[in-house]
Amino acid sequence: MRDRRQVLKNTHQEVRIFRIRSLLALLLVVALTATLMGRLAYLQVAQHEVYITRSEQNRVRVEPLPPTRGLIYDRNGQLLAENRPTYNLMLVRERVEDLDATLNLLVELLALPEEGVEAFRERSRQRTRPFQPALLMSDLEEEQIAHLALNRHRLPGVEVEAQLLRYYPDAEMLSHALGYVGRINAEELATLDPGNYAGTHFIGKTGVERYYEDVLHGQAGLRKVETNARGRVLRELGRTDPVPGENLTLTIDRDMQKLAYELLDGRRGSIVAIEPGSGEILAMVSAPGFDSNRFVTGIDVASYRALQEDPDLPLFNRAIRGQYPPGSTIKPFLAIAGLAEGVITPNRVINDPGYFQLPGDTRRYRNWLRWGHGRVDMERSIEVSNNTYYYTLAHEMGIDRLHEQMTAFGFGQRVGHDVFGESAALMPSRDWKRGRFNQPWYPGETISVGIGQGYWQVTPLQLAAATGVLANRGKWVKPRLAKRIGDQEQQTVLPETLGDIVLDNEAWWDKVFSGAEKVLSGSEGTARRTGVGLDYRMGGKSGTAQVFSLGQDQRYDADELAERLRDHALFVAYAPLEDPQIAVSVIVENAGGGSTHAAHLARAMSDAWLLDDEEPDVEELREEMENDDASVAGN
Amino acid sequence: MMLGDITRGLRGHPVRPPESGMSRRKSVWTKLRIDPWILLLLLVLMGAGLLVLYSASGQRLETVIAQATRFGLGLVVLMVLARLSPTTLLRWAPLLYGAALAMLIAVEVMGDMGMGAQRWLVIPGVVRFQPSELMKLAMPMMLAAYLCRRELPPKWTDLLVCGLIMAIPVLLIARQPDLGTSLLVICAAVFVILLAGLSWRFIAFLVALAGAALPLLWINMHNYQRQRVLTFLNPESDPLGAGWNIIQSTTAIGSGGLLGKGWLQGTQSQLEFLPERHTDFIVAVLGEEFGLVGMLVVLTLYLLVIVRGLWLANAAQDCFGRLLAGSIVLTFFIYVFVNVGMVSGILPVVGVPLPLVSYGGTSSVTLLAGFGILMSIHAHRRLLPR
Repeated sequence: MRDRRQVLKNTHQEVRIFRIRSLLALLLVVALTATLMGRLAYLQVAQHEVYITRSEQNRVRVEPLPPTRGLIYDRNGQLLAENRPTYNLMLVRERVEDLDATLNLLVELLALPEEGVEAFRERSRQRTRPFQPALLMSDLEEEQIAHLALNRHRLPGVEVEAQLLRYYPDAEMLSHALGYVGRINAEELATLDPGNYAGTHFIGKTGVERYYEDVLHGQAGLRKVETNARGRVLRELGRTDPVPGENLTLTIDRDMQKLAYELLDGRRGSIVAIEPGSGEILAMVSAPGFDSNRFVTGIDVASYRALQEDPDLPLFNRAIRGQYPPGSTIKPFLAIAGLAEGVITPNRVINDPGYFQLPGDTRRYRNWLRWGHGRVDMERSIEVSNNTYYYTLAHEMGIDRLHEQMTAFGFGQRVGHDVFGESAALMPSRDWKRGRFNQPWYPGETISVGIGQGYWQVTPLQLAAATGVLANRGKWVKPRLAKRIGDQEQQTVLPETLGDIVLDNEAWWDKVFSGAEKVLSGSEGTARRTGVGLDYRMGGKSGTAQVFSLGQDQRYDADELAERLRDHALFVAYAPLEDPQIAVSVIVENAGGGSTHAAHLARAMSDAWLLDDEEPDVEELREEMENDDASVAGN
Repeated sequence: MMLGDITRGLRGHPVRPPESGMSRRKSVWTKLRIDPWILLLLLVLMGAGLLVLYSASGQRLETVIAQATRFGLGLVVLMVLARLSPTTLLRWAPLLYGAALAMLIAVEVMGDMGMGAQRWLVIPGVVRFQPSELMKLAMPMMLAAYLCRRELPPKWTDLLVCGLIMAIPVLLIARQPDLGTSLLVICAAVFVILLAGLSWRFIAFLVALAGAALPLLWINMHNYQRQRVLTFLNPESDPLGAGWNIIQSTTAIGSGGLLGKGWLQGTQSQLEFLPERHTDFIVAVLGEEFGLVGMLVVLTLYLLVIVRGLWLANAAQDCFGRLLAGSIVLTFFIYVFVNVGMVSGILPVVGVPLPLVSYGGTSSVTLLAGFGILMSIHAHRRLLPR
C-alpha cells in the first residue's frame, strides 16, 4: 500500500516527463525519417544516372566471339595448317566453392601428374573479369571428357568447351617455315588489342603464323547478353558476327618442301629454293625439324627441355638464322663484282702457282689444289673453284668496293619480304670492324673474304636470294612466302627491294653462267659427278665452310676429325640457264666437301621442280652420296 | 479483482471524457479492442509487403502464401493480445522474461554442443522457435513492470537493476551471434528507461561511456562483424566479397529513379544481383521497382504508424502501459531506420528486417504481437469510464 501511494503521488510528473520525452522521440523519428528520405532522393534522383549505368553494366555482358583463324595452303592448294575441333577445360572461378579441392579433383580425374595442380592454379588466376572462364587445359581426350561428365555434380564452375585448335598435318618438315601458334602469354596480352583478342586463346609465335598474325586472326565479333548474377546467360540482346581470318596461300610447294626435308633426313642443314623470276620461296627447310603441334597445346617442360638441349638444335631455324661462312659459293658473285668494278674482264688470265702472296709479305694464301691450277681465266676460276684468282680479285678490288658489291647481292641484310625472325648475318666492312673490334681493317682480311671466309657470314636464305639475282642477270626480286591472301594475289614488285645489278656488257653474264655451268658439266668441274645425266642446263657453285680454322700449311683428313668438326658442305645452283625457274641453296652441316652432299641435294631439288618425272628416289640418291664421300677431293 | 486494482489505481487521475459520438460509431472496433487506424496502416503495409515479396522471391507464390499465413497467425496473436488487459501483461511480465531467459540459456547450451550460430530452439516436429524474438517483447515488459513499481524518474539503484535485467539476455543473444536482434532488444530496453524519465545528466554520462566503450566493442567483435563495419566505411574495398551487398543494393535503389522500373521489372532484383533480396534487402527491390515515390509512400506509412502509436502511448493511463507502448512503437521505428539505412548504405550491415515487408516468420509475428499489446493498452483505457 505504501509503495502504491508513492507511485500515485508522482503520476503527474511521470505523465509530464513521458509527454516531453515521447514528443522529443517523435521529433527525432521525423528527423531520421527525413534523413532516410534525403538519402533515397540522393540515390534515386541525384545519382540516378550513375546507378542506372551500373545496373546496366551488371546485367549486360559483352561476350567476345573469337574469329576462326585463316587456313594456310601451299601453292597448289594443299592444306598446311588447319583448325580441328578440340575440347578445352574451362574454369569459372567465381562459381567454384573450394578451389583447392576442385583443382585436386581435376588432376585426379584427368590422371595428370602432381605438378599439374600448380599449373592449374597458375592458369586459374589468369582472368580479365568476373565470371569469365579461364582456360585450364586444352585438347582433352575423350576418356578425360567422360570422367569429367560423370563427376559434373562435384565440379561446379568447371566446364568443357569445344574449340577449334590449330593443327599442322606436316608439322616437322614445315615447323620452321610455318611456325606455330601457342597460347597467348601475359607479355603478349599486354601488347594485343584487348577487344580483338578478348576471346582468342592462341597467337602466332613464329614463322608465317607470326608474320601474318593480323591477316590470319580475323576480326573478333561480340554479342551482348543479359546475364544473371551467377553469370548465366539469359538471352542475347545483340550480336556482331566475327570476321574469320583470311586464308593464306603460300608460295611454298609442299612436295618440294617434303623432298628437301627428306633429303636432309638425319643431317643438320638447310635447303632454300626460290623461283628467281617471282621471288617465290618454293621450299625453305631447316633440319632437323620438330613437331610444332606439341607447341600449340603447350608442350610439357621435360619435352621442351629435351628439344632445347638436343645438340642438333631442332628448334633453331637454320634457313633464316643459321650463319655460315659462304666459302666458295660466292665466287660467281665476286666475279660479277669484279666485272662491275672493272677489276677483271672475262678474258683476264691469272697465273696460279698454288698460292697467293700479298706484295711484301711472306704469308701464303693457299689454293685448295696444292700445286695450283696454272693459267686461270674467269670461267675456269668458277669451274675449278680456284682460290688464287679470287685472292687476287679481292686484293685488287679492296674491301670497300667488295663490301659495296656484295651488299648489292643482299649479303649482310635481311632479304626476305615476309620472313619472320630472319637474321642479317654479316658482310664485313671497315666500319663494321672498327665498330666491333675498334681495329683497322688489314689487307690480309680482304684476301680471306675473297674466298668466302673470314668474318663473312651468310644465311641459307641470303645465299638462295643472291643466286636468284644471279639467275635473273642482276634483277632483284625479294624472296617471299605469301602468294595469296584470301583471293588477293600478292604483288611481285615489293617495296624496299634492292637496286638491280647492271654490267656494262650484258654478254658478261653469259660468261659467268658458262663458268657456273662448267662446275657441273666441265671436265674439271668441282661438281661434275652431280652433273652427270643432266637433262637441262644447270649452273652451280660448290663451297666448303670451315668449322674451325686450320694452321697455314696443315692439311687435314676429314675422317680423322670428329663428325661435328668436319666442314659444312654448301652448294648454290640455278636452272635452266636460258630461263631460270629455280635457284637453290643447300647447306649440310659437317658433311665434308661441297661437291658431294650439297650438290646432289641441289640437283635433286632442281630435277623435282623442272622435270615431270615421278618423284626422285631419295633413298637411292642418299646411297649414291655415301659412296661418293670417299672419292672426294677438295672444294 | 484485476479490474478493481486498475480502477483504484487510476481513480485520482483526470479521465478524458469519452468522445461519445466516435465510440458509438466505432463500437465494433471498441468491442474488439482494436485501433482501426493502426490496423489499417499495418494491413496496407502488409499488402504492399506481399506485393514486393512476390517480385523479390522470383515470383514464387509459395513464398508469398507462406508469408501471408504468418501474417494471419500474427493478426490472430494481435487480436488475442489486444483482448488481454494490461494488468495481465503486467503480471506475466516476470514470468515471460524468465521463460525467455531460460530458453536463451537452453539455446546457448545446445549451441555449444552444436555448431556455429545457434538461434533456434527446436522441438522436433512441433515447433521451431527463436527465443530472442520473445525477448524483444519480454524485455520492455519486464523493465516497464519493474520501473512502474519504483518511484520515477528512476534512481541509480533502479538503473543498476535495469542494467542487469538488460545485460544478461543481450549478452546471450550477442553471443549467438545475432547483432541485429541484440541491438533491437537493447533499444526496446533503453526506450523504456528513457521514457521513464532517466535524467539528462545520466543520459549524457551513458553516451560518453558508450563512446569510450567503442574500442572495447571492436576488440570483442567477431571477424565478420568487424568486416561489416569496414565494408560499410568503404564498400569498394571488397566489391566481390563483403562490399557486394551494399554496392548491389545501392545500385538497385539508385537505378530505380523517381518512378522505378516497374513491378517485376527490376533487373538487379530479378537477375539475382541483389543478395538476400527477399529478406533483409527487400527494400532495395521496392526502391528499384517502385522508385523514390514508392519508397516515400512506404516510409510515410511507417511514420504514420509511429505517430499514431505514440499518440496511443500518451493516451495510456497507467505507467506500465505507457512505457511499454512507447518502447514498442519506438523499437518499431528502429527496425525501419536501421534496415533502410543499411540497405541504402548509410549504416553498416546489421541483420534487421524491414517490418512486415521482409520475408521471415518469427519477426512478423513478434511485431504484430507488439501491436496487439499496444492496442490492449489503448483499448482498456477506454473501457474504464463506462
